[in-house]
Amino acid sequence: MAEEESLARPFYTVLILAFVCSALVAGAAVGLRPRQEANRDIDRQKNILYAAGLYDPAKSIPEMFAPIETRVVELATGEFVPEEIIRPENYRQLKAALSEDMGRALNKEEDLARVRRQEKYSLVYLVKNGEEIQQIVLPVRGKGLWSTMYAYVALDGDLATIRGVSFYQHGETPGLGGEVENPRWQGEWRGKKVYNEQGGFSLKFAKGEAATTEPAKSYEIDGLSGATLTTKGVDNLMEFWFGDHGFKPLFARLKNSKPSKG
Amino acid sequence: MAEAETKTELLSRSIFKRNPIALLILGICSALATTGQMTTAFVMSICVTLVVAFSSMAISMVRNRIPGSVRIGLQIIVIATLVILVDQILKAFFFDLSKQLSIYVGLIITNCIVMGRAEGYAMANPPLASFVDGIGNGLGYGFILMSVAFVRELLGSGSVFGVEILPLTTDGGWYLRNGVLLLPASAFFLIALIIWILRTADPGQQED
Repeated sequence: MAEEESLARPFYTVLILAFVCSALVAGAAVGLRPRQEANRDIDRQKNILYAAGLYDPAKSIPEMFAPIETRVVELATGEFVPEEIIRPENYRQLKAALSEDMGRALNKEEDLARVRRQEKYSLVYLVKNGEEIQQIVLPVRGKGLWSTMYAYVALDGDLATIRGVSFYQHGETPGLGGEVENPRWQGEWRGKKVYNEQGGFSLKFAKGEAATTEPAKSYEIDGLSGATLTTKGVDNLMEFWFGDHGFKPLFARLKNSKPSKG
Repeated sequence: MAEAETKTELLSRSIFKRNPIALLILGICSALATTGQMTTAFVMSICVTLVVAFSSMAISMVRNRIPGSVRIGLQIIVIATLVILVDQILKAFFFDLSKQLSIYVGLIITNCIVMGRAEGYAMANPPLASFVDGIGNGLGYGFILMSVAFVRELLGSGSVFGVEILPLTTDGGWYLRNGVLLLPASAFFLIALIIWILRTADPGQQED
């Protein structure tokens, strides 16, 4: 660099370039956002359908999703929140967890899933046949080894048997913990029972092969090989969301109200 | 690089003769990470090709205006911008792929090939030549990625582009999968094999 370089020149070159580049990035981010959000919505619906076992690649996703009823539930009481108070389609659950009035901080003993803050209200998705609930799909999340894992768990109408699961977002090691998204592994969840006869949390993740004989068979799922900590995370998040701070109050309420609905 | 090169030479030399992975040993990190499946390797190759080509071109266009003292920083800004654009476009139009690739797309910024070409070629050559050189390097990178991914997916998962070729024992077939090839480190062996073959076929590439 023999040519003389004034001291100011590097500064304004950087400034101009930074300005042009930020304009490009901002333009792309703003211009493409509606499409990206639509994609995310469709993806969310797809994952809910997938967990519920209703996904059919040949059909349009919004069409398949239409009969599914989305409700907001107050986690502490298990009460459904009327649409006038919180509209399900506008409710942003993860944002709510972070806000002061809609979320709360969890203390160490409570926070099995290591999510730090939990929302007071959660979305749930009901697959109904007339008035009877056939399936209920619940959003759950919790920390694995590296990342927070997000999933939907679909339960049968008996509120104890798993119909399906779909882990849709995580940052676990590809090939090891990342196998939470493996359809074959998720398929193993089907028919397993979250609660035992006494109503206690009973789901287990086995090291090595899961038990093949009853009664253990109904409660055991293969752990992911080579991903002990991710599996532990999945175990913890299930225990958390199916415990007293999760959806248990909702299940209790639904069970009590069942006879009246006939 | 003073000798006059035709555009086709510029394009093809990076595939076998001066392959960025095999000869220059650049961009190994993403070659390990994305070669478990051919689909991800393919999309990654396209993304890297686009980013190298356009960043080389953009940098070449302003190369005479870039002060030497801040050139690395400026190159990074250009590359980072293009990577974000690619990521945004993937998210908007190829959502499923973007979910699989999101971490790796971000890592293109640190892909040594991109900066290597910017610093080593685009800073001293005209835009069109830099663009072609970028495409060539992207193709060279893609060639290695696809070869490695082909072996890894076929022997590791029994499929090619996700289509089952060898039915796995775990799915009730006869093929016992090779677990080593599922792990990223196996790409090291395969890349080493490719380097060996290339350098045997073309002794000019051998180092002393």
